[in-house]
Amino acid sequence: MDLSQLEVGQTGVVKEFTDLEMSVKLMEMGCLPGETIKVTRVAPLGDPIAITVSGYQLSLRKLEASTIILQ
Amino acid sequence: MKADIRVALAGNPNTGKSSLFNVLTGLNQKIGNFPGVTVDKKTGTMQLPDGRHAEVVDLPGTYSLYPKSKDESIVFSVLADKIDTARPDLVVVILDATNLKRNLLLYTQIADLKIPVIVALNMMDMARASAIQIDVEQFSKKLGVPVVPMAVRKGEGIAELKQAIAYANKIALQPDSIDVNVFAPELIGQISDELQVDNPYLALQLAHQHEHLRYLTNEQSDRIETLEQEHSFHSQKAQAAETVARYNFINDLLYDTVKTPEAAQHETFSNKIDHILTHKLWGFVIFMAILLFIFQSIFAWSSYPMDLIETLFVLAEDAMRNIIPEGPLASLLIDGVLAGLSGVLVFIPQIAILFAFISILEDTGYMSRVTFMMDKLMRKVGLNGKSVVPLIGGFACAVPSIMGTRTIENWKDRMITIMVTPLVACSARLPVYTLLIALVVPDRSVWGIFNMQGLVLTAIYVFSLVSAIIVAFVLKFILKVRERGYFIMELPVYRMPRWKNVAFAMYDRSKAFVIQAGKVIIAVSIVLWVLASYGPGDRFEQIEQKYSSAEYKKTNTQEDIDRIIASEKLENSYAGMLGHTIEPVIKPLGYDWKIGIAIITSFAAREVFVGTMATIYSVEGDTDNIQSVQEKMASARNPQTGLPVFNLASAFSLMMFYAFAMQCASTVATVYRETKSWKWPAIQFAYMTVLAYGVAFITYQLLK
Ligand SMILES: Nc1nc2c(ncn2[C@@H]2O[C@H](COP(=O)(O)OP(=O)(O)OP(=O)(O)O)[C@@H](O)[C@H]2O)c(=O)[nH]1
Ligand SMILES: [Mg+2]
Repeated sequence: MDLSQLEVGQTGVVKEFTDLEMSVKLMEMGCLPGETIKVTRVAPLGDPIAITVSGYQLSLRKLEASTIILQ
Repeated sequence: MKADIRVALAGNPNTGKSSLFNVLTGLNQKIGNFPGVTVDKKTGTMQLPDGRHAEVVDLPGTYSLYPKSKDESIVFSVLADKIDTARPDLVVVILDATNLKRNLLLYTQIADLKIPVIVALNMMDMARASAIQIDVEQFSKKLGVPVVPMAVRKGEGIAELKQAIAYANKIALQPDSIDVNVFAPELIGQISDELQVDNPYLALQLAHQHEHLRYLTNEQSDRIETLEQEHSFHSQKAQAAETVARYNFINDLLYDTVKTPEAAQHETFSNKIDHILTHKLWGFVIFMAILLFIFQSIFAWSSYPMDLIETLFVLAEDAMRNIIPEGPLASLLIDGVLAGLSGVLVFIPQIAILFAFISILEDTGYMSRVTFMMDKLMRKVGLNGKSVVPLIGGFACAVPSIMGTRTIENWKDRMITIMVTPLVACSARLPVYTLLIALVVPDRSVWGIFNMQGLVLTAIYVFSLVSAIIVAFVLKFILKVRERGYFIMELPVYRMPRWKNVAFAMYDRSKAFVIQAGKVIIAVSIVLWVLASYGPGDRFEQIEQKYSSAEYKKTNTQEDIDRIIASEKLENSYAGMLGHTIEPVIKPLGYDWKIGIAIITSFAAREVFVGTMATIYSVEGDTDNIQSVQEKMASARNPQTGLPVFNLASAFSLMMFYAFAMQCASTVATVYRETKSWKWPAIQFAYMTVLAYGVAFITYQLLK
């Protein structure tokens, strides 16, 4: 399962990434394997989404979220 | 004055670097509650407690030394570039105490470069409010560097930080956070030897970033490239491994120094607000309502102070006519300079109100939410959610907004944003629109709550946004680039705007407006006055003679004759001749030659339109009857038809022209600076001029 499939309010733990380039950027922002991610909100038009990770809020597009594989 | 020590302020975006810079140096760097406010380095000086002077450098925020966008790349080049003039002796790394984990990544990278560092633990007020417990002493011991807890916004910890800077060591004290050699041992070794780099992490960074560093010679850069291939170095893989190792170090560090409660309190508060402000339906409704409110207020709240300024100018004109003897000097000062200035300065209240609202939007954190809501829409038209900030900032002024596009990572997104930002109705157009709307739109209330003139103004502003979006959509198909765009952005927590900051923005921007507009207008007014008051050869004398004959005096009063002489002289002046030359081009748009002159002078800056109108009509008008620009324009008639020059059709056509034309020398210069080529400003100027003419033409033909 990947992050883009979570509903608002659900949480998941990062397992790995499917895209190296994106993973470098996401990891710098604190989305590392083993971190818990909670989906807090979806933008009015359905994309992007906002997640809580490492104690702050990050927004990213669904396409980018789909490169994050959850445990 | 030569500084004794140079200190750089580095940290993640939105952690309070510029706030700290302002407190330390007494300067006024722009502050706002969204990531990416500062996009260039800025230097100031401060005095240390021991009397020495320090130079302080404010840097753009970045999440890591590996840059993702143009503003972020400045940080590494300042810290590592041997020839950079801003290279610091000491770095103050500012950490957001409510968000330590992510903030520490950059700290470990800077620390490993072995530059002396001090940690400023900012936002302690918020950390306390959300019951985050930090064992500062233990934290400092584990890092091996001084740590100063602070709340810059409340003024806490400033003295302690100054003391820490004064005591700072010349050599770096911190131990390595991680062993960087493991990521590419041979490569690091060879780069260190061949380029005489004494720090392994700097060598590794050179391997990653050599293509973008100006201070490396081409040979050095090529050599690094060859070495990388020899050792099959994979930049992204190495970077990923490094990041994981750094976060391991950080987790260890935080494990017994920081205790965070389950749901941080500031988070839940922000969440509640977001629930409404980014609501599926209400989100956009509220956004539109906010824009409507802003433009309504600009009209409603400014009328009283504007009347006041207008009255003052009329009094001043009166007084000057009494003091200065009639003649060319009086005419130049009063009809030229004073008339031009008064035309523009009455708009100070409107501009101040506009800037107040924009600075409130930026200061609360709402701007990031608009970015979040609009990303999908923006992506459809070839922009990026982050383009929203420059576009809304464009309501104030295109120049800082175009610089602000540096935060947009993707080249194509950034280019399109730069190309369309000048279409957004900026504050310099406000005087033009207000004046024209007041001439042709009745001052009535609609449904009891709205003002008709305010509604028209709002419509023009919305229209400008829409046209920017449409043009972006067209450009999307013209600019062909295969580069991945992405949108990974921090959403800051909401904060109360600082009213002092808002007040300063109002004052500062009004002052800049007065000085800038004032300079251009005085120059343009003088030139224009000369051109309008003199004509070639003996044409003026001929006119005088023609009307001094007894025949005219019999059938007309002296007053009428004076008026006819003045207007015929104007027609035959240099300005008049120039105007008549271009008249055929602008006639289809519904303008007479006087408006043509105003359009030409407006290519220096848009607000010059008002000054030009004032000057031209003053030269023509009789001196006993003092009127404001608006009254002068309202009474202007077409000499052939006797109908008003400014009617619905010509006024709207003119507004459309100003909506699209690139009439701003500063914007052209800024686009050149940001894109480093004349190609882009040239294309922009051309497409905007064509659009301006086309749309104004259609508008006039439809309405006339
Ligand atoms: N609560 C609180 N807010 C603060 C403090 N210091 C700064 N802020 C707020 O944090 C926000 C960001 O401040 P800036 O000084 O613009 O941050 P910056 O690090 O320069 O940001 P960039 O230029 O975008 O990298 C503003 O809204 C400040 O008012 C503090 O100590 N406590
Ligand atoms: Mg800043």
